[in-house]
Amino acid sequence: MSQNIQYTGNGKLRHFLTIDGLRKETLEQILVTAEKFTQFGQRDIKKLPLLRGHTVVNLFFENSSRTRTTFEIAAKRLSADVINLNPTTSSTSKGETLLDTVNILEAMHTDLFVIRHAKSGVAELIAAHVPDHVHIINAGDGQHAHPTQAMLDMFTIQQYKGPFHKLRIAIVGDILHSRVARSQIHALNTLGAHEIRVVAPNSLLPAQIERLGVHSYTDLSQGLDGVDVVMMLRLQKERMHNAYLPSEQEYFNLYGLTTESLAAAADDAIVMHPGPINRGLEISSEVADGPRSVILPQVTNGIAIRMAVMAMILGGESNG
Amino acid sequence: MTKKIDVEVSALLDKLVTDITPLLATNPIIIGIHTGGSWLADILHDRLGITEPCGSLDISFYRDDFSRIGLNPQVKASHLPMDISNRHILLVDDVLQTGRTIRAAMNEIFDYGRPASIRLCVLVERKGHELPIQADYCGMSLELRPDQQVKLCGPENMSLIIGDSKS
Repeated sequence: MSQNIQYTGNGKLRHFLTIDGLRKETLEQILVTAEKFTQFGQRDIKKLPLLRGHTVVNLFFENSSRTRTTFEIAAKRLSADVINLNPTTSSTSKGETLLDTVNILEAMHTDLFVIRHAKSGVAELIAAHVPDHVHIINAGDGQHAHPTQAMLDMFTIQQYKGPFHKLRIAIVGDILHSRVARSQIHALNTLGAHEIRVVAPNSLLPAQIERLGVHSYTDLSQGLDGVDVVMMLRLQKERMHNAYLPSEQEYFNLYGLTTESLAAAADDAIVMHPGPINRGLEISSEVADGPRSVILPQVTNGIAIRMAVMAMILGGESNG
Repeated sequence: MTKKIDVEVSALLDKLVTDITPLLATNPIIIGIHTGGSWLADILHDRLGITEPCGSLDISFYRDDFSRIGLNPQVKASHLPMDISNRHILLVDDVLQTGRTIRAAMNEIFDYGRPASIRLCVLVERKGHELPIQADYCGMSLELRPDQQVKLCGPENMSLIIGDSKS
């Protein structure tokens, strides 16, 4: 279902909800377009006229600082008018009121909604509801998907490590609760990564994760052995309602990325993290701030990727 | 259906070089519009003996029909390797018709800085102006039917081809 709703009848990208079901050419076009946009960040006048007259509403039902900010910067660099809304989840916990919120904003002639919500599937629900001229970008829904994060990660990997078909990549940490990991896995598979590994304690590995086309490891040094890219995940303390871990210290001892544990990876491996970082919990400061860390370039690349997705969605009919 | 125009591009370039030479007194920067304009700009740059590198513009991000036709997947990055503020610019394109490409290029140039002046050089000018934009230097003028289009092929052995818009 999702693959249909994300494309128009003639194959143009209409919504951006999940990587699952998107064509390889679409992902590649996002990467190519973002490459062009990265250069604008270095200009004195960081403004392009592409989305002039369009209205973008950032509708964040769940807190975020970097994702919302980079979406806002991206939309403004494309000359869109941007409105940021943070409705409290409590007042819109019922599906009906959620769609009411969207209806009201749509009546104000919004062209694009960027939506984050703590519940999986909300962006898709809204996308199924809006008329043809309104577009939806998923900025993270529950444990389901965070496709623009995955694409900025793909962009960063390509920038530092070259073509995907040669690369071994390990995703380390809270795979169970991570929408980022799910989107990363779909993106890496679609783009043809050589090998994808997930590394986590059993309690944080979803059942049958290998069906997504990954190899799973519960031992960090085995999982990192020879990899070119280490993608750390944030330990989602706010989603830890059950006793998934004996203690944070033990987690760091077994799964924390330190100079010592990173030694198992290839000598020129890069280290990534979607942020915010829990220093001393999933990654040591030494590694996070070290020479192999590309955590800050990831943030910068997030702007270009979000510009690319917005331009492709709101542009005319010839692309896709 | 396409046909080659029986005109030597090199002869048109000879004329342009002669016409442009007096402009060298202003120490101009040459900027070509991707792709045909960039080829011509490279040649003019060498023939005119300009030492500063050539700039190139891909105006896809500045087109006025973006909301209708979207982004060109083949869009190239623009590259202006110098500060253009207070400089005299020679903007080069292959064909001038509606003037919309030139307008987009000027918009983009102004996002890099405020030039002292912009002059326009085109290989071919044809009827169909939709904006008050004229070439300062022009290789030749062509009378074509509205359904015909003219295209510069290159960059090796450049030639001008006339075809139907549909082809």
